[in-house]
Amino acid sequence: MSELRAELRDLYDDYASCLDDMDLDAWCGFFTDDCTYKVISFENHSESLPLALIECRGIGMVRDRVAAIRETTVYEPRQLRHFVSGVRVDGVEGDAITARANFLIAENLSDREPQIAIVGRYLDRLVRVGAALRFRERVCVYDNYRIRTSLVVPV
Amino acid sequence: MNDSARVWPSDGSARVPAWVYTDPTLFAREMRVFFEGPNWNYVGLECEVPERGAYKRSWIGTRPVLLVRDETDALHVLENRCAHRGSMICWRNKGVAKDFTCPYHHWNYDLRGNLLGLPFLRGAMGKGGMPADFNKADHGLRRLRVAVRGGIVWATFDSGAPALESYLGPAILTELDRTFSGRALRLLGYNRQLLPCNWKHYLENSRDPYHATLLHSFFLTFGLLRADTAFRAEPTEGGRHGIMASTYSPHTAQRQNDATRQMAALKSDFRLADTEVVKPVDEFGDSSMINYSVFPAVFFQQHGNSLAVRHIIPKSESATELAWTHYGYADDDEAMRRRRLIQANLMGPAGYVAVDDSEVLAQLGTVARSAPDSVQVIEMGGRDTATQDTMVTETLIRNFYRYYREQMGLDGQAIKKEK
Repeated sequence: MSELRAELRDLYDDYASCLDDMDLDAWCGFFTDDCTYKVISFENHSESLPLALIECRGIGMVRDRVAAIRETTVYEPRQLRHFVSGVRVDGVEGDAITARANFLIAENLSDREPQIAIVGRYLDRLVRVGAALRFRERVCVYDNYRIRTSLVVPV
Repeated sequence: MNDSARVWPSDGSARVPAWVYTDPTLFAREMRVFFEGPNWNYVGLECEVPERGAYKRSWIGTRPVLLVRDETDALHVLENRCAHRGSMICWRNKGVAKDFTCPYHHWNYDLRGNLLGLPFLRGAMGKGGMPADFNKADHGLRRLRVAVRGGIVWATFDSGAPALESYLGPAILTELDRTFSGRALRLLGYNRQLLPCNWKHYLENSRDPYHATLLHSFFLTFGLLRADTAFRAEPTEGGRHGIMASTYSPHTAQRQNDATRQMAALKSDFRLADTEVVKPVDEFGDSSMINYSVFPAVFFQQHGNSLAVRHIIPKSESATELAWTHYGYADDDEAMRRRRLIQANLMGPAGYVAVDDSEVLAQLGTVARSAPDSVQVIEMGGRDTATQDTMVTETLIRNFYRYYREQMGLDGQAIKKEK
């Protein structure tokens, strides 16, 4: 299990650094074709309300998020820095792994100091595709009561 | 600068001075005149407090209130402020209660806001206690006038406000009845964001079809809202409210013509891998997207099948919370429920379309503070305040400022008298 936990830590670090670098094509590569990716508030998640801030069903919608950021979204330039901690394996069943981790993302807008943009936890289901672990489901539950202005880059 | 020294620029409603977004004295007056004045404020939806004793926190302007369903199913809106020392009574966003007890000195209120009791009313060991003539009936929570229509709960601090229906007027009632017809609603969830701009920046954005033809290239590219489709920009009740109604058609998507050639932002080569997010069904049978802004601070959204109420909650002259309550109907099938949730990707703090607005409004706030005496030009579609059948108009913003100046005593007549 400690080997798996170490493997997950590496995966989460790679995922984070790819978003820090805005390498969004590589980010899509972390998901299975039949994935679910969601960013949802703690408020909705704890009340079992289904509305998410971002909801992608399948890799097509994940890629469309990336395309929209590049092609149509108007936003102030920013630099993000992801901090992932508390990686924990919740269970292993066949080839499916349930895991969680905390995230904190600092956001530096073009002419200001960094601030905490969003903080919360990942609730994940992973599977092996070949030798590599991929997210079949990643639910990012953020603690912020309110989003500061907007959320442009996925969590 | 004292706001009595403010002079509105000539050219009336076709000009807006930036100090309306930056002056804290003016902001305080707006809170009094509009949010505590004879207007009806959106508080929440009935379906948010489905059971007896259920409550949720809301805001009217900067003032915190509680929406409560009592033991008889009657809905009340109470100010969330203890009648004793002004502590906030309820600290949870939502819940179910039998009564409310102030955490500070344990004054206890029923679900209608009546003061039930307080510790040491008669003192302790013969000492202290409230005066003998202290009457609990005089010290309840402040209870607002409430009106419920089509599942929406409205409230006002002012006993002199007209009936809700006459405040809203026939045109807004028609649009409300289209989506809030009495069919049971289902709460889908909330999105909240804090925008570093004045609340009127957001209100204007929600009465500005002109920007949507240019800024929102995602909308344009998928034919969801374009300058070449039938449109109605209708001010109502003298500029108090504003309706934007457009017709969408799968046939206009990707079609180029004179109007679209001017939309530099239209990305005709951009294709989605999965088009579910831009495939609404015509659930109201009129191929329309009808969105409207009800004064002072609520916007009703129907973008395809994404239904939401956007509540504008002013925090200060330079900070505004935007709270989105998404809803559907209790009898939606699974396909419709999924449509609403997937199409919600267009809206909210991470929305394909709405991010553009949040980002622009954040910049407006910064610039207004740096140049409060600068003046904005609101002349698209002319200088008058008539209804127009095009998106390429700012008539709703001119209407709003005509109404605003009348209500705030900043109208041309008053300014002439001052001179």
